[in-house]
Amino acid sequence: MRKLAVWKFASCDGCQLTLLDCEDELLSVAATIDLAYFLEASSARGAGPYDLSLVEGSISTPDDVERIKHVRRVSRHLVTIGACATSGGVQALRNLAGVREFAAVVYARPDHIEALERSTPISAHVPVDFELRGCPIDKRQLLEVIGAFLAGRRPAVPAHSVCVECKARGNPCVLVAHGTPCLGPVTQAGCGALCPAFNRGCFGCFGPMESPNAAALNARLRAAGMTGDELARVYRTFNVTSFGGSSDA
Amino acid sequence: MTHKTIRVGGLTRVEGEGALLVRARDGRVTDLQLKIYEPPRFFEALLRGRAFDEPPDITARVCGICPVAYQMSACQALESACGVTVEGALRDLRLLLYYGEWIESHALHVYLLHAPDFLGFPSGVAMAASHRPAVERGLALKKAGNELVAAVGGRAIHPVNVRLGGFHRVPADLTPLAGPLRRALRAALDTVEWVSGFDFPDVEHDYRFLALRHPAEYAILSGDVAVSDGTAFPVHDWPRHVVEEQVRHSTALHARLDGRPGYLTGPLARYALNAPLLSPLALRAAAEAGLGRVCRNPFRSIVVRAVEIVHACEEALRLIDRYVPPDEPAMPVAARPGVGHGASEAPRGTLYHRYRIDEDGLIAEADIVPPTAQNQARIEDDLRALVEPRLGLPVARLTELCERAIRNHDPCISCSAHFLDLSLRHG
Ligand code: SF4
Ligand code: SF4
Repeated sequence: MRKLAVWKFASCDGCQLTLLDCEDELLSVAATIDLAYFLEASSARGAGPYDLSLVEGSISTPDDVERIKHVRRVSRHLVTIGACATSGGVQALRNLAGVREFAAVVYARPDHIEALERSTPISAHVPVDFELRGCPIDKRQLLEVIGAFLAGRRPAVPAHSVCVECKARGNPCVLVAHGTPCLGPVTQAGCGALCPAFNRGCFGCFGPMESPNAAALNARLRAAGMTGDELARVYRTFNVTSFGGSSDA
Repeated sequence: MTHKTIRVGGLTRVEGEGALLVRARDGRVTDLQLKIYEPPRFFEALLRGRAFDEPPDITARVCGICPVAYQMSACQALESACGVTVEGALRDLRLLLYYGEWIESHALHVYLLHAPDFLGFPSGVAMAASHRPAVERGLALKKAGNELVAAVGGRAIHPVNVRLGGFHRVPADLTPLAGPLRRALRAALDTVEWVSGFDFPDVEHDYRFLALRHPAEYAILSGDVAVSDGTAFPVHDWPRHVVEEQVRHSTALHARLDGRPGYLTGPLARYALNAPLLSPLALRAAAEAGLGRVCRNPFRSIVVRAVEIVHACEEALRLIDRYVPPDEPAMPVAARPGVGHGASEAPRGTLYHRYRIDEDGLIAEADIVPPTAQNQARIEDDLRALVEPRLGLPVARLTELCERAIRNHDPCISCSAHFLDLSLRHG
């Protein structure tokens, strides 16, 4: 049986938990692929190499930099899961401020804390075979990715915007109907247009879609009353490194 | 003098990672450090300068297993700073959301992380080979919890529907949730019976417990802070009683209560301080499981968790039954400068938040005290008491016992963010 490994770097565990949250599918997934290394779920540490590694979390310490190279060496395919692994995560907000300043806020002895100046995505360190977006990732997309790698094909994950999902779901557009600021037009689909379905604007937890037109959206958002600071904040949350520059557009 | 070092890889079946170092000489433990060295994520720093209504979405990302706890403690702290108290149907909906999280998180711990210890399996999935009906029951129970969180919160992990003052949208009708929850309640009762039959090591500790206490509810969403020595204080007095300090060996801070380290928060504490307020079926299940009025055996925490699942299912059903959709999805909350405190009972224990809002409606200061930071010193005490009389055991056996003793407390190491190795040194 082929082997699956799940690795964790700086993160909340939510993306790997998504696999355990596939309650109806978990036992059949385990019958198809050996969950060889998955510390959150199992004390058994099956030896590598692994056919598929799912990597959660961003690289934020010197030790992480070494460990991700090891993970790459023992993995035939490496897939990042979630905003942390794919774009540095919410902890990448330090990239705009400086890690020393951040450490001094939290710790009395920041000199005892080992942390890199920047929190970076996995792809900044090793080649990545596929990036699954979301904070957290979507369960159905995760199953699609695992299934696709087992079948030796590319995962069928859309690159279009949340707006397309909104239309498919029949959500009224919160931006047009209520003037609620929404990042849906520049955010990658995957969640099923969740926030608009709950009457709120998208805050971009799936990160940017392929070639987003942020300039057009920002003009619209300013017209809806958003200030420059608010614009900067909404882009700079869970996907700050990949959305980071958009607010300047 | 013999010198021996054994490394045992990462600690497993906990959320996040850490390490344990034990040094012993002449039959005595001379040093014991539970190390949490997951990379720090600096939430308290990155919240500075964010808008006052952003912490519920942002702090959810501290923990993927208990995001609702972060959202609820954050909401209450910020609402109290702004002079708002959420009541009535909106508070009921928050409770309902929180019960969903208790069900999914406890079911995850009981079935997939903790029970394998008692039955001799490396994982819940491996356990399914010979205990398939039990594992399937656990997964169904966990799913019922997740579906409840998704129905009220929009998504099982990092719910999107929570906001200051209430919700973005409230459900029109909750009755479709009742059927699955009634099945979950039966599964929860079976769970208590199942886990109470496990073989428990005969261990008791003289814990100092801390949990929220509410006059009318088995506290989860709000209450005062009660301590088992008979004292109690309002949440806004937290900083005067609980002080966090940095220890060299860990990125998680250690908390002291009234000057002393080593108190326990979580299911054992809640049960000890609030058991009479459990729902009727949960109380009966606890009695039938032989829990007694206070449970001081950490290995039995799995039984207390199961009892809390029963309580959560029963209370959730009661809330669904009396639900009338509120007219507005949220109470208005306007920013005003000041400080607010909030605490709620995460599945793993009391979770405290404090924020200072500045003149511009931005967060000037944030303080978050997660359960694991509070329990860490006490877990070290558990380990010391466990290891010292058993230093003669084979190291592999001792290591396994230590891992189990840590897992009893379901430490959520991602709260403090971390990688765990186990090494044992005989000097
Ligand atoms: S991407 Fe979001 S959900 Fe996933 S691990 Fe990071 S913080 Fe958690
Ligand atoms: S609508 Fe946007 S913010 Fe909301 S869940 Fe989807 S991608 Fe995330």
